[in-house]
Amino acid sequence: MHETSHIVQVTSVRDETATVHTLEFDDSTMAAALPGQFAMVWVPGIGEIPMSVMVADGGRAAFTVRRHGEATTGLYNLGPGEMMGVRGPYGNSFDIRAGRLLLVGGGTGLVPLMRLISRAPPDADITLVMGARTRPEVFFADTARALLRPRPHCIVVCTDDGSYGRPGLATDAAADELSGGAFDAVYACGPEIMMYKVMRLAQDAGVFAQASVERIMKCGTGICGSCCMGRELVCGDGTVFEAGRLLANPDFGVRYRTKSGEVAYY
Amino acid sequence: MESSLEAQVGPLRLERPTVLASGILGISVEIFGRLHGAGAGAIVSKSISVEPRDGYPGPTVVPLGGGGWINAVGLSNPGAAAFAGMIRDNRTVPIIVSLVGSAPEEFSSMVERFEGCHIAGYEINLSCPHVDDVGLEVGDDPELVSRVVRATKSAASVPVFAKVGLGRSDYLDTVSAAIDAGADGITAINTVQALAIDIEAQRPKLSNGIGGLSGIPIGTIAQRCVAQIHSQFDIPIMGCGGVSTWEDAVALVLAGASAVQLGSALGYGSPDRVFADVNDGIARYMERKGVRSVREMVGRALA
Ligand SMILES: Cc1cc2nc3c(=O)[nH]c(=O)nc-3n(C[C@H](O)[C@H](O)[C@H](O)COP(=O)(O)OP(=O)(O)OC[C@H]3O[C@@H](n4cnc5c(N)ncnc54)[C@H](O)[C@@H]3O)c2cc1C
Ligand SMILES: Cc1cc2nc3c(=O)[nH]c(=O)nc-3n(C[C@H](O)[C@H](O)[C@H](O)COP(=O)(O)O)c2cc1C
Ligand code: FES
Repeated sequence: MHETSHIVQVTSVRDETATVHTLEFDDSTMAAALPGQFAMVWVPGIGEIPMSVMVADGGRAAFTVRRHGEATTGLYNLGPGEMMGVRGPYGNSFDIRAGRLLLVGGGTGLVPLMRLISRAPPDADITLVMGARTRPEVFFADTARALLRPRPHCIVVCTDDGSYGRPGLATDAAADELSGGAFDAVYACGPEIMMYKVMRLAQDAGVFAQASVERIMKCGTGICGSCCMGRELVCGDGTVFEAGRLLANPDFGVRYRTKSGEVAYY
Repeated sequence: MESSLEAQVGPLRLERPTVLASGILGISVEIFGRLHGAGAGAIVSKSISVEPRDGYPGPTVVPLGGGGWINAVGLSNPGAAAFAGMIRDNRTVPIIVSLVGSAPEEFSSMVERFEGCHIAGYEINLSCPHVDDVGLEVGDDPELVSRVVRATKSAASVPVFAKVGLGRSDYLDTVSAAIDAGADGITAINTVQALAIDIEAQRPKLSNGIGGLSGIPIGTIAQRCVAQIHSQFDIPIMGCGGVSTWEDAVALVLAGASAVQLGSALGYGSPDRVFADVNDGIARYMERKGVRSVREMVGRALA
């Protein structure tokens, strides 16, 4: 049975970019969230939205939010000492393999991948491909470096406009990595078209792959149906799905539901 | 003698007596197919309005613990035209389209859109507790209920159910008006108007403030309403409210329901197991009690 939402206090706020904040808070339930799990986050008086749970030090948890519409802006604007409600964590999590792992993320899709890194077996060799449009939009490069330092790893930062790191799309970098070496697993989270391409690439290479999918979520608990993707309920059957199951889904990479439930195309 | 799980709700025949309640996972025909394959005898859609609605900002659906939920979704739905398009290719799932609106013409215009689709019936939502001008505000006005039911009935070629809830007026007057206007059956009950306050944030847990209570806490209220309708009117009833186990389902049937809807139970069980578990439990109970059909049990507790 689902626990009801409880109130937590923001302990600190970190600027990631001009539009992205990481808010840390003390909460043992969220600190125990598995990589890929999410919370329903209530900003009193403003809204409630799904958020991936970010890693934080010392038994704390965090959310990393990009200012977007009303609710994300409300969350972004919270300062230390202010309150938010959290319920969950909900959803399944990544099946973390041993060996050589390729992680491909973009934007706030990097959040569950940071948690994945923190939970990966100590000898896993991790290649992280991070995509952003421009240099000022790159974030988590330092966080990733710190998390990956104790293990064999490689970080590839890509910008669409070439202003930082490798020029071009994260999917191009992922394709190069996959053709260059034998990976044991691929994990992706970010814009759906990016995830679609990465799942295709991994399938073609015959590598186990999973992606964490986003849809509109109003309940997070399998009641409202707003998160449906074909036959799947992203909040309960996911958010993490294997490549084969995703590529067989007629909606994945193609269409989604708006808040009213109307169908829209990517 | 084999016992059968078949249920007959007036003109509506169901292979199994458990039905998905309106507003629960209610917009995707692929999900309908999955739930039907997993044991649901029929699927009631989210309440559909003429125009699409985004619904309220969050929080809109919140668990309260103890199997209780409060919601004020704001009737988000894709609108009749888009929804008719989505279910047009359905051939296999018995879908009951739930309709919501404020004027009789809206209901007849929506029915016209769905008449080409393969559907099992309509359910008129006379009982949404948290949106102005529709739902309970219609249900509380017996004269309007009668016009809405008549408009729907005269346009529809499949059975029409009226869904009632506890509003300001006596819900039995709503039932009576719906029956007089030709409803083929009654669904009872919708969520019960409620308020849940978060004491730390010092404000309501839902963005809308007032919402509808569903799940385990309303089970005995639903049993009471079903029993009252069953004893006062000669009309088939789909019982709804607080059913999470086969025992709850049997209790509603014994109170007078010919079939049973499940809503919030989908929030605590797997969508692939909930209906099958309740159906299996009902079947075992029938065997143990020597009952051959669901129909034999309807209203037995109060006979
Ligand atoms: C499982 C999951 C985890 C997420 N994790 C993060 C995270 O860690 N950090 C982060 O910044 N964002 C995350 N999001 C996205 C975030 O929930 C949405 O950006 C947010 O709900 C938008 O709300 P809004 O009121 O700010 O914008 P709105 O004005 O409601 O919408 C702005 C745009 O975002 C789309 N949108 C609205 N709601 C959602 C939604 N629930 N999911 C996806 N798209 C939506 C709308 O269609 C619209 O195009 C996550 C989403 C999901 C489903
Ligand atoms: C999130 C949610 C949305 C609902 N939406 C509708 C709706 O659109 N139309 C309707 O007639 N009832 C709606 N209901 C009410 C249910 O159909 C049902 O009557 C009620 O939840 C009681 O059943 P339960 O205790 O099994 O959940 C909704 C209930 C919930 C929890
Ligand atoms: S978010 Fe409500 S069912 Fe998935």
